[in-house]
Amino acid sequence: MPAPPRLALLIKLTQVAKEYPKRGFALRDVSFNIAKGEMAFVTGHSGSGKSTTLRLAHMADRPTSGEVRVTGYSSATLSSREVWKVRRRVGMVFQDFRLLPGRSAVENVGFALEVTGVNRKEIGPRAQRLLSQVGLSTKAGALVNELSGGEQQRVAIARALVNDPFVLLADEPTGNLDERATRGIMELFVELNAKGMAVFMATHDLELVRRYPKARLLELDHGRLVYDSATA
Amino acid sequence: MYALREALAAFRRAPVLAGLSAAMVALALYIIGLFGLASYNLQLALSSMEERVEVVVYLRDDARQSEIDLAQTELAELPQVLGARYVSKREALDRARRDLPEFGELFGGAGVNPLPQSLELELQPAARNREMVEQVSAAAQAYPFVEDVEYGREWVDKLFTLRRIGAATTAALGGAFFAVAALIIGTALRIAVFARRDEIYIMRLVGARNGFIHRPFLIEGALAGLLGGIAAWILTYATYRAVYAYLFEVAWIPSAWVALGIAVGTLFGSVASSLAIRKHLGEV
Repeated sequence: MPAPPRLALLIKLTQVAKEYPKRGFALRDVSFNIAKGEMAFVTGHSGSGKSTTLRLAHMADRPTSGEVRVTGYSSATLSSREVWKVRRRVGMVFQDFRLLPGRSAVENVGFALEVTGVNRKEIGPRAQRLLSQVGLSTKAGALVNELSGGEQQRVAIARALVNDPFVLLADEPTGNLDERATRGIMELFVELNAKGMAVFMATHDLELVRRYPKARLLELDHGRLVYDSATA
Repeated sequence: MYALREALAAFRRAPVLAGLSAAMVALALYIIGLFGLASYNLQLALSSMEERVEVVVYLRDDARQSEIDLAQTELAELPQVLGARYVSKREALDRARRDLPEFGELFGGAGVNPLPQSLELELQPAARNREMVEQVSAAAQAYPFVEDVEYGREWVDKLFTLRRIGAATTAALGGAFFAVAALIIGTALRIAVFARRDEIYIMRLVGARNGFIHRPFLIEGALAGLLGGIAAWILTYATYRAVYAYLFEVAWIPSAWVALGIAVGTLFGSVASSLAIRKHLGEV
């Protein structure tokens, strides 16, 4: 689904290249935009540059050349100390969930709220609300290690929503999940997108992508953007 | 408040790790404490040896009492001299009989006293070195009725050498011990920070400010340093008591040194934690 031009741009890559010292070029001359409210997939084989693209969009990495702009902040001028400003506008989830083991679902979400400066009294109710939003209200007190993969990913999504971000980045979020859990997570993404949040998801699963024909599709091959449904 | 709460929570969540960090800090500072105890007592021993450095001016038997009194006054007024004491032939003999009883017969026979009268010059603490002693000796030798001046040249030279060796050893060993302590404390706190790298990662991931991430670790490091410092103080004091009771008499280090040790431990804990966390802050 081509992005309506009137929407503000949340992520903008302009002639971006990323080279790693040992691995060589992960991205070459990549340019595209993600607009507000958009749902987009980036696909490609393993090593095609999907994760690198998401890391750049999360300002976890800086491009070797070119520019990445995220919610108005430029990779050229944003210092490492200021990265938190981008993180407050961009949520991120991963294939391996990256939760704090030994803590409950509500504690994991609460921790994210606490470290972003939310008032202590508000943390509990807000964490509960976020868990309800991802369909986990009954499992709030469960230790994350005791939850299923799909439930753990829901906790990770709830954590990514603590700052009410403009865009949610998801790096192979269904890679460790079975078919049923995958469907549940994708329904959640669609729901969040319907409420106005942009979702930018990396996946190698083309079967999954085909189920969402209205979403925009970007395809990377050996670090080059070879297909963009918005311009095709 | 959050920083202090989190720092205390870290001790509660992982008491073994936090305890180990504090124990390693304590051990490192204990080494420094033992070294401080040893070097302080070495310093005291050298100072007490220095106090025994004096100049003895032997006088001819025919020297007049008025000349001796004048020389005693003049020599006592030298800036290097703390005091001058006259020892008569009779007193010298009594002292010899008391200190060297094996030669009692030699000193007691024929009613002859072979020992000379003398002036004993006690030196100012700052003047107990070879150069100053030689200046005093030269001033005393200028009197015509002075037979000889003795100050134990070899003794002063040895003492001076001992002082220099002591100072060099203290600096070298102190530096080495401090480096070892720094490495141990640094490693202990790196491990403590490493154990919480997941939390640091999540904090960065969701947009916590660097200062916000830093503060609990700074406090945690300072607490480990403070607890380690207090434990090291207790261990060093226990060692001092044991040495005093079972081996030999030693002096306890000044309170200011103890306070400085604990303060350095606390400060170093914070700095080591801060350095350890910097590495993780750049990872996300």
